[in-house]
Amino acid sequence: MSIDISQFHDVFFEESFEGLDAMESGLLNLDVGAADVESINTIFRAAHSIKGGAGTFGFMDVSEFTHVMETLLDEMRNGERDVSSESTNLLLETVDVLREMLIAVQQKTDTDAQRIAEIRQKLEAMLAGEAAEASGASGNPIEVDLTADMVESTQITIGWNINFRPHQHLLQTGNDPVRMLRELETLGELAVVVDDSKLPPFSDLEPEDSYLSWQLTLMGDIPKEEVVEIFEWVDDECDLAIEEIVGESTVAVENTAGSIKDESADHQVPIIVVEQAATKQVEDAKPKASSATPATTSIRVGTDKVDSLINLVGELVITQSMLGQIGDNFTQDMLPQLIDGLAQLEQNTREMQESIMRIRMLPISFAFNRFPRLVHDLSGTSGKKVELKLSGEQTELDKTVMEKIGDPLVHLVRNSLDHGLEMPEVRLAAGKEEIGQLHLNAFHQGGNIIIEISDDGAGLNEDKIFNKAVEKGLVDASEVLSPDKIHELIFLPGFSTADVVTDISGRGVGMDVVRKNILSLGGSVSVVSKKGEGSTFTIRLPLTLAIMDGQTIRVAGENYIIPLVSIIESLEIKSTDVKRLSGKGELYPLRDEYVPIIRLYEIFGLHPKSTDLEDGLLVIVEGAGQKVGLFIDDLLGQQQVVIKSLETNYRKVLGLSGATILGDGTVALILDVPGLMTLYKDPSLAKVLINDEQVA
Amino acid sequence: MTELQQANDYTDTLGDFEQGTEQYLSFILDDEEYGVEILRVQEIKGWDRVTSVPNTPHYLCGVLNLRGTIIPVVDLRIRFDMPAREYTPTTVVIVLKVEGGGQRTVGVVVDAVSDAHNVLPEDIRPTPDLGAHVDINYISGLVPVDDKMMMILNVDRLLSVESIG
Repeated sequence: MSIDISQFHDVFFEESFEGLDAMESGLLNLDVGAADVESINTIFRAAHSIKGGAGTFGFMDVSEFTHVMETLLDEMRNGERDVSSESTNLLLETVDVLREMLIAVQQKTDTDAQRIAEIRQKLEAMLAGEAAEASGASGNPIEVDLTADMVESTQITIGWNINFRPHQHLLQTGNDPVRMLRELETLGELAVVVDDSKLPPFSDLEPEDSYLSWQLTLMGDIPKEEVVEIFEWVDDECDLAIEEIVGESTVAVENTAGSIKDESADHQVPIIVVEQAATKQVEDAKPKASSATPATTSIRVGTDKVDSLINLVGELVITQSMLGQIGDNFTQDMLPQLIDGLAQLEQNTREMQESIMRIRMLPISFAFNRFPRLVHDLSGTSGKKVELKLSGEQTELDKTVMEKIGDPLVHLVRNSLDHGLEMPEVRLAAGKEEIGQLHLNAFHQGGNIIIEISDDGAGLNEDKIFNKAVEKGLVDASEVLSPDKIHELIFLPGFSTADVVTDISGRGVGMDVVRKNILSLGGSVSVVSKKGEGSTFTIRLPLTLAIMDGQTIRVAGENYIIPLVSIIESLEIKSTDVKRLSGKGELYPLRDEYVPIIRLYEIFGLHPKSTDLEDGLLVIVEGAGQKVGLFIDDLLGQQQVVIKSLETNYRKVLGLSGATILGDGTVALILDVPGLMTLYKDPSLAKVLINDEQVA
Repeated sequence: MTELQQANDYTDTLGDFEQGTEQYLSFILDDEEYGVEILRVQEIKGWDRVTSVPNTPHYLCGVLNLRGTIIPVVDLRIRFDMPAREYTPTTVVIVLKVEGGGQRTVGVVVDAVSDAHNVLPEDIRPTPDLGAHVDINYISGLVPVDDKMMMILNVDRLLSVESIG
């Protein structure tokens, strides 16, 4: 019986990455306090399941590597080894290497063999250092075996003699000798001699029993674990003898079933379940599984969320049948009932929509979790003392937004550590606590999520920023800028003030990329800073990308949608209020600032009935940190719109972020405020962009 | 009657399918007959109001809601520099599948749908080069049908992102 287990790969990788995250946070907790048995257990369990899974799926490198790590953890768990910062750091490195290995396996790319070997050596050295004491106390024979193997493997192994005699019921446990033989063949040159002496006459043959046994000779310098691993699942169901062939002298290593029994017992149950469940689907699932790309992702959803959805579907069905009944024999006097029913339907739909959106929502702790490690590492290399505080980790955010916000957040945290927080002695000299504070906070505000990254470091150095900007030709030396404007400069492309380019930051690509990424999510980023007291970066993001509140507007007979979040206010204006800039650009004085007026029909090449400013309205919108007034004909209703892509079948159009379908089935285009500004500044871009798209 | 026979009878009602031939859907544009591979046709629908997209070529009428997906619609008359004409009840949108940088769906507006033709590959004549008079890039061949000539359109080239952007 052969099963294509590749269909379970995605699940394995996902669980393994979760396991690695758990290990990492567990290890970081160990660092802070004394050895807590429960955390060590958590780490151990995570490592153990990765090892088991990797073994099942034939990722031997991963499985072996994890095994060494597990050994070390096991000693810690049994109290045979103290938790030192040295060992935790090594384990953290191991977690990194393991993650790289898993990613490499997942994407079928090459691993950094040198790094893996190096870490493995370190682990083994740490193990061997105390192997003598450990072996005396250890109740787990396999660990002892392993350390012995390490020594042996330095000798030259030419091959293995394997005597494999399955018990009669081997096949019934769902194991297949043929698969194991194939597996062995991948390790090296394999010679097989089959012993069919126990084979009964055909009439007595029980098809589900196994009668054959094999004498196998596997040639090649193969680590023993790889050979043992193959027989790991069947250890209880066979007589197995593995003998090493070493030049002239032969070291026989009897492997009793008991030595790895505790491991195989753990895993046999799940693998049988998997087989039973999967056997039927294997045939048709096979082509699909092989074409699946690593890009498929999944979301873990709490059962409460699913339950509430099911309830809502129930209500929806009831409403539907009620409306159906009304429709079957409708008379005029049933009109109030119909209106009630429709109101109920609207309610149901809205609740359902919210529930479904909730499914895509994940707590932001998924994005925050990596920072304890990052801060740990960075403070280690830079010598700065940092205390990281996280709050609002339960704030929920759309999964897509979460994935895209990760990198910008890392940039900002690194920047705070590198540029913001000072060295301990500088802090003491400035009369501050030696340990710097870094605070990550998230909360909801209206339809947005706000993420704040604040530090109590030196704050932005305005003079330095200004001088740098002048030097880079970003501003003119004679310009007088308010502190806020100077802070804004750090978001410009090609800006960096780091005196020395470190590996943490200072390449000057950071901040403008951060801003660009956040803008592309429909969000914004700003900074408030006070010299000597620290800086706070504030990121504002929409909760979801799929649905938004929109304001429908009308220009020259066409309807467009403006995202409600970008609208500040709408007003009627008098043309006498409008000021002109060198006779061309129009400005509207809005309280204490002059706002440029963009005539929407002009940049869209439309022909309205009237171009008189008094016949229309001015909608003040904000995008990319700048306010502009859009001149339109009329405001229509507000509604929630589902964003559809124009790019699926067409291309990106400058000034539009997508389209949506209105209640009557027609399409309305959604305006992209920053894009409109770009178009206003250089109308020729409408054509140029087409060429860019051609290249893309 | 076996299922196979049923299936055969069913295809018969669609038009006489002959072995070794390819089927083309023909349509009319300003009294000329054009053809597209029938397998490229996703559906044919009546003309419906479209939403125009700013700053796009004039032959792109706009975008249309096709059961939840937004697809661009090209007026082939304008694309081929023919005189524009009022849309009539026979005016239809042929929804085509276009290859090139991933599959896209694009609608084209034509005067009327004509027929489905079986064409033997050897009956397709090459398009003579007419120099600057006619852009023959989009025509992959000519086929005599009865006493008329059907021009076979290269859909991928005609409706590529570059040429309808």
